[in-house]
Amino acid sequence: MSAPELSGGPLGTHAGPYFGQFGGRFVPEALIAALDELETEYHKALADPAFGQALARLHRTYTGRPSMLTEVPRFAEHVGGGARVFLKREDLNHTGSHKINNVLGQALLVKRMGKKRVIAETGAGQHGVATATAAALMDLECTVYMGEEDTRRQALNVARMRLLGAEVVPVAIGTRTLKDAINEALRDWVANVETTHYLLGTVTGPHPFPEMVRDFHKVIGEEAKQQLAEEVGRLPDAVAACVGGGSNAMGIFNAFLDDPQVRLFGFEAGGEGVSSGRHSARFSGGAPGVLHGALSFLLQDEDGQTLPSHSISAGLDYPSVGPEHAWLNEIGRVSYQPVTDTEAMDAFRLLCRTEGIIPAIESAHALAGALRLGAEAATWDVPDGQAPVILVNLSGRGDKDVATAARWFGLIDDETGTTSDEGVQL
Amino acid sequence: MSPTGSRLTALAEGADGSPGRAALIGYLPVGYPDVARSVEAARTMVGAGVDIVELGVPYSDPVMDGPTIQHAVEHALAGGVKVRDVLSSVEQVAEAGAPVLVMTYWNLVMRYGIEAFARDLAAAGGAGLITPDLIPDEASRWIAASDEHGLDRVFLVAPSSTPERLARTAAASRGFVYAASTMGVTGERATVGDRAAQLVADTRSAGAGHVCVGLGVSRAEQAAEVASYADGVIVGSALVRAVQEVESDPTRGMDRLAEVTAELAAGVRGARR
Repeated sequence: MSAPELSGGPLGTHAGPYFGQFGGRFVPEALIAALDELETEYHKALADPAFGQALARLHRTYTGRPSMLTEVPRFAEHVGGGARVFLKREDLNHTGSHKINNVLGQALLVKRMGKKRVIAETGAGQHGVATATAAALMDLECTVYMGEEDTRRQALNVARMRLLGAEVVPVAIGTRTLKDAINEALRDWVANVETTHYLLGTVTGPHPFPEMVRDFHKVIGEEAKQQLAEEVGRLPDAVAACVGGGSNAMGIFNAFLDDPQVRLFGFEAGGEGVSSGRHSARFSGGAPGVLHGALSFLLQDEDGQTLPSHSISAGLDYPSVGPEHAWLNEIGRVSYQPVTDTEAMDAFRLLCRTEGIIPAIESAHALAGALRLGAEAATWDVPDGQAPVILVNLSGRGDKDVATAARWFGLIDDETGTTSDEGVQL
Repeated sequence: MSPTGSRLTALAEGADGSPGRAALIGYLPVGYPDVARSVEAARTMVGAGVDIVELGVPYSDPVMDGPTIQHAVEHALAGGVKVRDVLSSVEQVAEAGAPVLVMTYWNLVMRYGIEAFARDLAAAGGAGLITPDLIPDEASRWIAASDEHGLDRVFLVAPSSTPERLARTAAASRGFVYAASTMGVTGERATVGDRAAQLVADTRSAGAGHVCVGLGVSRAEQAAEVASYADGVIVGSALVRAVQEVESDPTRGMDRLAEVTAELAAGVRGARR
């Protein structure tokens, strides 16, 4: 891969509302005043040292940052190419994923804005759990919209949110997944925007969300860059992350966007394969379009109706993607590739068995992608005598996915709910 | 000249000595319960007193719509309705004599091609577009295409719109400005938002020629109230519900829809100006 031409200023600090042709604010007029207020308050907060200090303190004393960097040599043997693989351990964050970074940032903003209620959407439940957590911590009323289908897939996270005091609303319209949960959250927001903040969970939606959520997550890449400098004394050769909406990926990519020698890879959910039509691979199977306030890549039919997406991972099961990703794809800075359910689950099992780490199924897509990179790692221009270095964002842990994985591997009998000793040998 | 703007002006001025009045604008989605019957329903509405028709394009993610309309468009999509069905419906409804505006979420137009959509809508005799998720800030290509084809551009204002945004939206709109009576989505409500009259006044002060009010209007007395201060009264869910009743009892034909429309029309015509 050749280094892309970087012009027009640093990529890492690119501000909305547009990322190339993507982004914007395709929402009802009723929301524009709130988006303007949010943008103003966000920029004021960024310029206020007290805000940064409060967030940094929460990261340190509540989230558990900096998250660790773990080398995984036994897993790396399966990657091949002599590569060393490092995991950025967002799975060790409080609430179990990178989602807490953004949620704490936005919740602090909500306090500054004087609003008392937050609403959120969630697919796998990680963002909902993180939002319910921050709401409890900061005494905010909290409603979480979740597709009815997802409430079944992630029953434990629904219970978790309710324990934390949030109201969870199952959404029984449309495809009953994340997309429809966002529609319902937007309807709620239009009606209650004067008292309510929509705590959007990923780098999509109308401006300023893509830029703001990215900024709250860029701590991931900044820490990893410094930790790798200490461990190996240089930049990684490749960075891999899974991409649903794309928040963990933007968080780790951001620090490396302006280092052209670092190859960046985003792995989408290929589901049952792009040719099967049952997938969430927007860059392989989608086209530019508008959904949920942003112009980006979108799974849509010839009329522009949103197509249902599919993934074994509820967190990647979304028909669109953050607009900054669409731009980075267009300018060739990031390579986006689909990973099938089967590949992801194979990588999931491999990490469990080689390193004693149960990843979120979302993150397993990034691990599966890393397994592909070994084949080309030998061709990379690496400093003399050194091994290629691959950094993988382990965006979440697999607690919430244990039931899904157990079913996939035949460890639970769906009929009886009992464990099976005749399942596929891990 | 703006097709809907001209109609609103003519109604406001009155004719043959009759007093001026506001317009009744009726919304129905194409393809509910099927394409042919939705065309029949729209024509029935015109016959029963609707002055301007708003034909909705069914969309998979209608975030500005409440349950009644969402149910109808889901039904229409499940029945296989396509964007091209909307264009042919526009042609048939326009023959009934009322200007026909198309209400559409923006991705459908983008996918069709903005210029091509403007061309084909104009060719079908459509008056223009109402765009609930397209604000003027994002609409430069639509503004150019609608100028080229002489189509109306109806953008929305909301109770939360600032004076600057009211001015910007008024300047970008043609035909009328759609004032959302309340913060919320479509649906029938007990009362029309108490901020609607002020919003209409503010939008006029910001430069709008015509301002019509939608969201929450479902009964004759509400229509009369809104018609006393706005240039047009937009009704959606109440008419869609009437079509729903007709669908569940086909022996009644389009009678129920005609009845509901006539009540609303009487409300508009009886309003004190």
